[in-house]
Amino acid sequence: MKNTLLLFGAAAVLVFTESCRMKSTATAVQGDAASKTYVAPGKYDEYYNFVSGGFNGQVSVYGLPSGRLLKVIPVFSVFPENGYGYSEETKAMLNTTQGEIPWDDQHHLELSQTNGEQDGRWLFANANNTPRVARIDLTTFKTVEILQLPNSGGNHSSPFITENTEYVVAGTRFSVPLGAEDAPISSFKENFRSTASFISVDKTSGNMKLAFQIILPGMNLDLSHAGKGVSHDWFFFSSYNTEQAYTLLEVNASQKDKDYIIAVNWKKAEEYAKAGKGKKVAADYAHNTFDEHKQAAASVIEKEVLLLDPKDCPDMVYMIPCPKSPHGCDLDPTGEYIVGSGKLAALIPVFSFSKMTSAIQQKQYEGNFYGIPILKYEAVLHGEVKKPGLGPLHTEFDGKGNAYTSMFLSSEVVKWRLKDLQVVDRVPTYYSVGHLMIPGGDTRKPWGKYLVAYNKITKDRFLPTGPELAQSAQLYDISGDKMQLVLDYPTLGEPHYGQACPASLIKEKQVKYYDINKNGNEFVTMGEKKAGVVRKGNRVDVYMTAIRSHLVPDNIEGVFVGDEVYFHVTNLEQDWDIPHGFAVKNNPNAELLIMPGETVTLKFTPEKQGIYPFYCTDFCSALHQEMSGYLRVSPKGSNVPVKFGTGETITGGSVAQK
Amino acid sequence: MKQSHFLAAIIIGSLFIYSCGSAPQPAAGGSEQATDTSMITGGGEEAGQPAAADDLKGTGKFTEVKLTHPLDKAMITAGKTTYDVKCAACHKLTGEKLVGPGWKGVTDRRKPEWIMNFVTNTDEMLDKDAAARAMMEECMVRMPNQHLSDDEARQVLEFMRSNDGKN
Repeated sequence: MKNTLLLFGAAAVLVFTESCRMKSTATAVQGDAASKTYVAPGKYDEYYNFVSGGFNGQVSVYGLPSGRLLKVIPVFSVFPENGYGYSEETKAMLNTTQGEIPWDDQHHLELSQTNGEQDGRWLFANANNTPRVARIDLTTFKTVEILQLPNSGGNHSSPFITENTEYVVAGTRFSVPLGAEDAPISSFKENFRSTASFISVDKTSGNMKLAFQIILPGMNLDLSHAGKGVSHDWFFFSSYNTEQAYTLLEVNASQKDKDYIIAVNWKKAEEYAKAGKGKKVAADYAHNTFDEHKQAAASVIEKEVLLLDPKDCPDMVYMIPCPKSPHGCDLDPTGEYIVGSGKLAALIPVFSFSKMTSAIQQKQYEGNFYGIPILKYEAVLHGEVKKPGLGPLHTEFDGKGNAYTSMFLSSEVVKWRLKDLQVVDRVPTYYSVGHLMIPGGDTRKPWGKYLVAYNKITKDRFLPTGPELAQSAQLYDISGDKMQLVLDYPTLGEPHYGQACPASLIKEKQVKYYDINKNGNEFVTMGEKKAGVVRKGNRVDVYMTAIRSHLVPDNIEGVFVGDEVYFHVTNLEQDWDIPHGFAVKNNPNAELLIMPGETVTLKFTPEKQGIYPFYCTDFCSALHQEMSGYLRVSPKGSNVPVKFGTGETITGGSVAQK
Repeated sequence: MKQSHFLAAIIIGSLFIYSCGSAPQPAAGGSEQATDTSMITGGGEEAGQPAAADDLKGTGKFTEVKLTHPLDKAMITAGKTTYDVKCAACHKLTGEKLVGPGWKGVTDRRKPEWIMNFVTNTDEMLDKDAAARAMMEECMVRMPNQHLSDDEARQVLEFMRSNDGKN
C-alpha cells in the first residue's frame, strides 16, 4: 500500500512536470481564459488591431481581446466586394508607371505618432512586391493615398515612421540597378544598390512626398525602426546578404558571421538635402491620391527624386555589426536599446545608443563597407541575451522594462529583461511565430496588457479546410509575471506585422455618412428630379439615385450594343450604415457599394443585345427585393429613342436636368 | 504509512498549486455599450403608449415653434431645395402616398412641433411616438433619418405650409 501510494505520487510529479514543460494544446490554456477574451453582446473591444494581409494585399481590422474581425480595408488589391479598384472613382489608386497593378504583398503597418505615441490619425502600409506605400485615413478606414517608389525592389523595411510622423521609410529588400540601366545580374557588386527612401508626411493633410533616397551598397535591407527619445534623430535598418550574393541566397547569403544594422542619422540627411548635397535625378513613379471632396482618385506621375550618397554626406550613415542575418530591428520605449534579432543566431544582441554615439565620437571603427564606417561590435554592445531560443525574429516591449522576442524555430515567445538581459518566461506558439505585437509595443508608450503572436504554420489548430488553411493568431495576457495564452483565432491572408491602439483613440471620430450637400463628385445627382440619361456619341451617362427602396431611373432604353454606359449612382440616404449596392447583369467585373451621401460610378459596356436587370445588392429595407430596374440594350444602329424614368416619370428625351 | 499518504497528498497538492494555473482575473472587454437603437422596432405589445395631449407635439427639442405671417419666401426656397435632395424620393407634394405619405395637408394633420421633431429626431419618434409608429405600420418602411439641421427642418416646414396654401 505504502509503495503504491509513493509510486502514484511520483507518477503524478512526472505527469505534471511533463505537461507544464510540453504545454500540449490541452494544457496550455489554464484558468479563466474564456472570461478574459469574452466581450458580451453589445459591448465593445478595448483595442483596434490592424493586421497586415500579406499576400491578399489588404489590411484586416480585429477587435482585441475578442479576436473578432471588424473590417477588411482594401489597399493594394482590388476588392470586388465594394468596387475598390473597379469603380471609376477608385481605379487610379492602383495606377503605377506600369499601368494598373491590382495586387500586392502587404507586410507591415504603422500607426501615425506624435511625440512617439500613437495619435490615431493614419495607418501606413507597405507593398512589398511593386514598391509602394499607402496611407489609410482612420476617420473613414479608407485608403486615401498610394505612393510608388523608384529605385527600389522588394519594399520590405517599410512603412516605419519617425516619432512625429515626420517621415515614413521604405528600404529595399532587393537591390537593383538605379534608374533604367540595363545590367547583367552578375554585376551585382558594381551596379546593384539598396536605397533607404524617406517620405515626408504633411502634418495637417497627411500627404506624402518622396523627400530623398539614401544610396547604400548592394545588400538586402530587411526591417527597420526609428529611434525615439534619446535616439530621435536616427533610423535603424537591419540587413542580410552583405555577402552580396545574387543566386542561392539560402546558402550564399549565410556565409558571414555578422551582417549589419545600419544606423542613419535622418536629421543630418535632412540637412544635407536642404544644403543641396544631394543629386536630383530623373525617376518616374506614380502618386495616387483620393480626394474626399470630389470623391475620386487621381494619379500623377512624378518625375524626379533627390539622391543622397553617404560619400558626399559624412556622419550620416554607420554600420553596426550584428550576428547572422538579422531580421527584426527594434528599439525599446526609451530609445536607448536597439535589439537586433539574428535569425540564425543562438543569442540576441542588444546595442546601446549611448555607446554608439561615444563609439562614433571616438572613431572606434573596425573597417568600412564601401566607405561607410563599421563600428566595433563590442564598443556598441549593451549585452547579449544568452540562449533565448532558436530563430529570434522580432521584439516588442511592454513599457515595464521587459522585451518579448518571437522565436520562429523553437516556436515560442520569450520574455526577457532589458536591464540584465535575463530570460524570465517563455510560452509556446502554435506554430512557428513570425511577428508579434503588443498594442503600442514599438512606441514610447506601450499598453502592456496583451500580446498577439502571428503564426506562420496552422496545421491542426482549427477544423481542417483542405490543403489551404487560414493563418493562426494567438492572444496572450501579459499583465502578470507569466504570459498566459487566452485565445486562438484564424486570420485572413498572411499576417506579418500588426499594430493596435486603444479604441478610444479612433472610435469617436468615425465618419458615419457623407453630407449630401457637400458631395463634390463631378457626376452627383442632387435629388431624383435631376436623375436622367445623357448620350454623347457612344458614351451614355446615367445619373442615378438610390434611396430605400428604389432607383431612379429604373427603366432605361435607347442604349446600344458597344455603348460605354457609366452608371453614376448617388446614395441619397443620410443615415449611418445604410449603403446601397449596385450590380448589373453580365457586367464583367464587380459591383459598387455606395455609402450614404456618396456617388460612385460603374462603367459597363454591353456586348450583346438584351434586357439587363440591375438591382441593389446590399439588403437595405423590407422592400429591398423591389429595389431593381431594367436596362434595354438594342442592336447597334437601331431606332430606339432614349427613354428613362421611374414610375410615372418615365419619359423620352435624352437631356437630363443636370 | 499514514505519513507517506500525507506526503503524497502534499506533493500532488502543491503541484496543482504550482502548475500552470492562475488566479481569477476580472473579465475582459471594453465597458462601453452599443447604444444605437435606431433599427430596433418594438413588437405590438410594447409599442405606442397611449398618446397624451403633449404627445401631439412629438418628442424632441422643439416644444414651441412660432409661426410667422406672411410666409417667409427665402425659407420656402431653401426648404424646397432640401425637399428635392432629401425628401422627394419618397414624398409627393400631393396627397398621394409614394413610399411615405403625400405632403398635402400635413400642416393641418400635425402640429409644427411634431413635424420638426419628426424630421430631426426621427429614430426616437419612430420608437416612441404613437402617430409616427402608426404611419410606419401603414407604409412598412422606417423613415430614413436624413439628418436635417434645425434650420433645414424649419425651412422644410415653411415649404410645407406654402404647399398647403397657408399664408
